[in-house]
Amino acid sequence: MQKITREQLIDKAVSLLSDGTVECVLGWEKGQFDYDITPAVFNDENELRENFVWNDFCGANFSKYLVSKTRKCNGKMLVFLKPCDTYSFNQLLTEHRFDREKVYAVGIPCEGMADIDKIKAACGDGIISIDASGDKLNVHTLYSDEPISVSAESVFAERCMNCKSKKHVAYDELLGEDGDVIESHRFDEVAEIEAMTPDERFAFWQNELSRCIRCNACRDACPACTCEKCVFDNPNSGVENKAAANSFEEKMFHIIRAFHVAGRCTDCGECSRVCPQHIPLHLLNRKFIKDINSFYGDYQAGAEVGTRAPLVDYTTDDLEPGEVFERGGDNA
Amino acid sequence: MRKCSLEKLDSVFAEIANSFKLYLPVDDKDGKAKYSEWAEGVKWSNALNTVRSPKDFFFPQTEDLMGFKCSGKNIEIIDTRNESEDFVVFGVRACDVKSFDILDRVFLKDPVDSYYSNRRDHGIIISVACTRPAETCFCHTFGIDPTEPAGDISVWKTDSEVFWQSNTEKGAALLEKLQALTEECDADAVNDQKEKVSAIMKKLPLAGLTADKFGAGKTKELFDAPEWDSLSEACLGCGTCTFICPTCQCYDIKDFNTGKGVVRFRCWDSCMYSEFTKMSAGQPRLTQKERFRQRFMHKLVYYPENNDGLFSCVGCGRCLAKCPISMNIVKVMKTIGGKENE
Amino acid sequence: MQINEYKPLIVAFCCNWCSYAGADLAGNNRLNYPADVKIIRVPCSCRVNPMFVLRAFQRGADGVIICGCHPGDCHYTSGNYFTRRRMALLFSMLDYLGIERERTRVEWVSAAEGAKFAATMNDFTEKVAALGENKRLEDLRCKR
Repeated sequence: MQKITREQLIDKAVSLLSDGTVECVLGWEKGQFDYDITPAVFNDENELRENFVWNDFCGANFSKYLVSKTRKCNGKMLVFLKPCDTYSFNQLLTEHRFDREKVYAVGIPCEGMADIDKIKAACGDGIISIDASGDKLNVHTLYSDEPISVSAESVFAERCMNCKSKKHVAYDELLGEDGDVIESHRFDEVAEIEAMTPDERFAFWQNELSRCIRCNACRDACPACTCEKCVFDNPNSGVENKAAANSFEEKMFHIIRAFHVAGRCTDCGECSRVCPQHIPLHLLNRKFIKDINSFYGDYQAGAEVGTRAPLVDYTTDDLEPGEVFERGGDNA
Repeated sequence: MRKCSLEKLDSVFAEIANSFKLYLPVDDKDGKAKYSEWAEGVKWSNALNTVRSPKDFFFPQTEDLMGFKCSGKNIEIIDTRNESEDFVVFGVRACDVKSFDILDRVFLKDPVDSYYSNRRDHGIIISVACTRPAETCFCHTFGIDPTEPAGDISVWKTDSEVFWQSNTEKGAALLEKLQALTEECDADAVNDQKEKVSAIMKKLPLAGLTADKFGAGKTKELFDAPEWDSLSEACLGCGTCTFICPTCQCYDIKDFNTGKGVVRFRCWDSCMYSEFTKMSAGQPRLTQKERFRQRFMHKLVYYPENNDGLFSCVGCGRCLAKCPISMNIVKVMKTIGGKENE
Repeated sequence: MQINEYKPLIVAFCCNWCSYAGADLAGNNRLNYPADVKIIRVPCSCRVNPMFVLRAFQRGADGVIICGCHPGDCHYTSGNYFTRRRMALLFSMLDYLGIERERTRVEWVSAAEGAKFAATMNDFTEKVAALGENKRLEDLRCKR
């Protein structure tokens, strides 16, 4: 259950709207069920009181929306940022993708977001409603008379199980308490794959990437993917494709996408969250982050505004490309 | 109607697989169902439905249409078409069976799409009645009865038995082959199940959803509805909804230069994409709002306009489950359809 | 000579200022290196983006080598330092996906190192030939 309540957020938004600090609010809008929440812009108190929600399913990272939404808004826009969203926020600012003056950022604590697919796996289909109490989620379904209770932690999204930070790195105002950067185990799975033989690694990724339907959701949800025109959408690029005609094109898309965000990816986990086919795309991004940390020193994209990303930087004694295999672990 | 015990189902699959390639929903390692080829030991998934729709069987995501080979001033055209082999798709839900009707009206109308009709002619569909509809189901909105699925053969599964009924000649011929493994029976158990499931259908959260506000002739009324702005506000422009949809049928035809020749292929396209239906003058729908509106107007207004009022949505609920921002056709129908849909 | 002997196709991206001149020098000195090496001249090694490497594989290359000026000697001061980081990360990623390590290489070859150029190409071709055809990053349409 989230520590901060919906009412607290609405009250904050209403007071900022009424004193003229902000003109509109970027928030979460309730859906048909308790878990299908849509990002939306709210303009007044009525809309907020009626449709604004804040619960364990507000996973969407708002930072990317700021790029397009602040252009439409004349005054300031209020945005609520969870700790991991603030890293994307800073990274976008570093890349000058939106005007900081047009945003009023309120940091809100996050206790971890639930993955509805995990809940469905645990409780079955036919979910009528979900309510939270303490560290439990009570799931009411069509097929059981009593609500099914699951611990919130057991149905955390992958990125929340491996949460890297509860600390807000950017905000104008903070609601609740700030947390700390967490020693996470987020690279463990990468290390497991590195420890496989090349044949096993190839088979692993062939299996994962072959499920790709090229819907581009990973790219379109990614706060680092903010190109106005993606090379894979551009018929003049020579590599545009709307469907992976074979296994090469699947790999090409995912390697190039991961490479393009290498050093800029904050590991917010949106790519894996939105993938309709459950491809663990974060494992590609984390490989780059892990390599960057080990080759060029620890670097967390978005931790500060204005830092130089590792791929637009160098030192004269960087390791040679031929040496990466010795440094990458004992996976010969 | 014929029946067999649940234990015998594997022998039935084996019998079918003797003469046909047999595909059915199978759980992958993450527990998500997808259509896979049956072989000894492959288990039929318990999931309500597959993540991807079965439209791939007749309208695959990519397929080669023809090839060209150039030598000097000559261009040789290579026909890549082959007669499809006979295959059986088992376990298709009522909603997805209906989607084939919708695709047929597009691809089998004159001029007939020979690639599609080739596969359609060689495919046998065995549908399965639903027993545990999900909260995302709304097939009833489009007049589909999940307890009475169409297809060449309809199947009902109870706790201990599987009931079979053929609906077409193709289906009857296949059921004939299964004579030894099945026995004649009455429909009592099936009727019992139908009654139970119909009662559940009434309790679904979307039970009251109707499409009354939509349909042929509503273009003028709905095209400029102010709600499109807010509905499309959060749309990311990805193609998830269109690619998992059983009825989305738009495609693009492209040439690929292999270095030794040219392959002309077709692949699914999505009206959500910036390059959709791009012409020499550019893309006719410049904003995401227009692209978003196109998808829903096509399903709920334009398609019925051209097809005797038939909607091109079957209420399978995939887009409700998979949209990254949880915007979907139900929210559109409720917002634009007005208060009575709430 | 066997006619059906497998010959790998090697794509070598060579920077205009050092490595391409190195290749020239190798030729002037009548040094042998395999004809299967196809050189693509680029203004600087950092012109090679990861897409070039992948597309070379798609189009049938069995090995891709990138040659540039020695670190510190870049005609544009720092281009090859960026190359070094990019390719280090790309190669590590390809390895992560199970692509054979020996199919990719970066080598620094100056305009005076004709002998090094020839030796590098001989060695690289030999290693790639030992791996056989590129199966893991192939596009079947380009092989028909």
